[in-house]
Amino acid sequence: MLRVEQARAGYGAVEVLRGISLTVDEGEIVTLIGANGAGKTTTLHTLSGLVQLTGGRITFLGENIAGVPAHELVRRGLVHAPEGRKIFSRLTVLENLEMGAYTRRDPDGIARDLARVFELFPILAERRRQAGGTLSGGEQQMLAVGRAMMARPRLLLLDEPSLGLAPLIVARIFEVIRELSKSGVTILLVEQNARMALRLAHRGYVMETGAILLADAASALLENETVRAAYLGE
Amino acid sequence: MLTLAQQLWIGLTNGMVFALIALGYTMVYGILELINFAHGDLFMLASFLALTLVGLLGLATASGPVVVVGLLGVVLACAIFAALINRTVDRVVYRPLRNAPKLAPLVSAIGVSFVFQNLGLFWGGLPLDVMGGGLAAAAPKSFPDLIPSTNLLGDGAAFRITAKDLVVIGSSLCVMVALWLFVTRSRLGKAMRATAQNPLAARLMGIDVDRVISATFLIGGALAGFAAVIYGLYVNTIKFQDGYQNGLYAFTAAVLGGIGNIPGAVVGGLVIGIVRALSDQYIGAQWQQAVVFGMLIALLVFRPQGLLGANVREKV
Repeated sequence: MLRVEQARAGYGAVEVLRGISLTVDEGEIVTLIGANGAGKTTTLHTLSGLVQLTGGRITFLGENIAGVPAHELVRRGLVHAPEGRKIFSRLTVLENLEMGAYTRRDPDGIARDLARVFELFPILAERRRQAGGTLSGGEQQMLAVGRAMMARPRLLLLDEPSLGLAPLIVARIFEVIRELSKSGVTILLVEQNARMALRLAHRGYVMETGAILLADAASALLENETVRAAYLGE
Repeated sequence: MLTLAQQLWIGLTNGMVFALIALGYTMVYGILELINFAHGDLFMLASFLALTLVGLLGLATASGPVVVVGLLGVVLACAIFAALINRTVDRVVYRPLRNAPKLAPLVSAIGVSFVFQNLGLFWGGLPLDVMGGGLAAAAPKSFPDLIPSTNLLGDGAAFRITAKDLVVIGSSLCVMVALWLFVTRSRLGKAMRATAQNPLAARLMGIDVDRVISATFLIGGALAGFAAVIYGLYVNTIKFQDGYQNGLYAFTAAVLGGIGNIPGAVVGGLVIGIVRALSDQYIGAQWQQAVVFGMLIALLVFRPQGLLGANVREKV
């Protein structure tokens, strides 16, 4: 579904991605782990068109997507839930979710997906008339995931969904990611919490200073000595 | 007491025009964090178009129904004119500077403001006999008094309400309500608010931010075009510096209400109108600017976010 070959990208003169390659197949959960500054978020930004690709190739559903604007990629099913949630703080919870469905023109489908989001996160239904900015951190993350679901993604890029959240809420978010995966959404997950991410994912990539260091089945990475020492704190 | 009520009424009427112009400042600021200094001068250009059209259509000597239909046409033409110019300026001048430091588009906006003022000066000097007030380019032009300004409460009444006042207030309110419904109910309006709050997230929702910005300039321009006709009809004199003066008041209104905040711009405009009227009556007309801008300074010291709170972006 997604194939990245020798991708290079950065900010101005600073190159962050120094030729990374990875693939995500239909129906998979793939996780990208690594230390702060390894280039995980830049990878997602490059995939979703926020950062310009300066070398290499990215194909999504068989088409080259280098230079395709971010808003067009959403229309094609590549949806990015960014780090730090980026909720519209002065729009209501309901309006935030409506914005998620901005590219869609099927009112019936949108209504069904809205009902599903409210079913997965009942607290959002309760607070639908409240401004997004008044929600707690955990609720905002639920809203960010729900908002991304409203775009009906084929491939969902999730950046640090557990960041700064209480363990119970993280568990809930991960449960929802698993359910989304079961319903047919392909997922590329960037996580600080490497252990949880690897337990959830089918495959994993380990990034270090702008390059892919390791690529393997998630279960194998959990057993890998280097990964255990550097990212699982053992 | 009656004098106070009368001044409040006059201030309210004047304030509508400031509010309409302030909306254009605040909407653009909300999305681009750009103070579009050319906005007041755009308003002035539209008022020159209004006067030219009113003259060409011969509305000054036409019968009642013709005046009504003619004015609706003039409003439409001026709104479209100002909307298109505003969008074109964004495309040609501001868009290439989108990723430049904030100072670059700001200085460019001041440049556009000078260009517009000189266009107004040129327009005022055109040998058109529809330009009342003589051929001197910089001379104030008289705008025909198309709406009766007789007192609706009777000639001898102590309080004065004219048909003109009601037209200004009524039509402005209609436009503001329409804008509010657009911004809160329509898909594009919601996308505008979303983009103002978080442009990055807006792009990730599939919102074409460039299109939203264009729409914002179109709407802000249309409001200025509408305000220009209303202003000509109400004040009956226009000149090429009107954009600078009213633009400054309207900008103050936008800051007063909380820049980036749409209802704030309306509240700010009405407050400026009323303060101006009261200051003229009780302090003296020569103190008008000192009072208005003194109030702005006081507000910036004690409540820098404006009366209704600025549209501050989330810092995450």
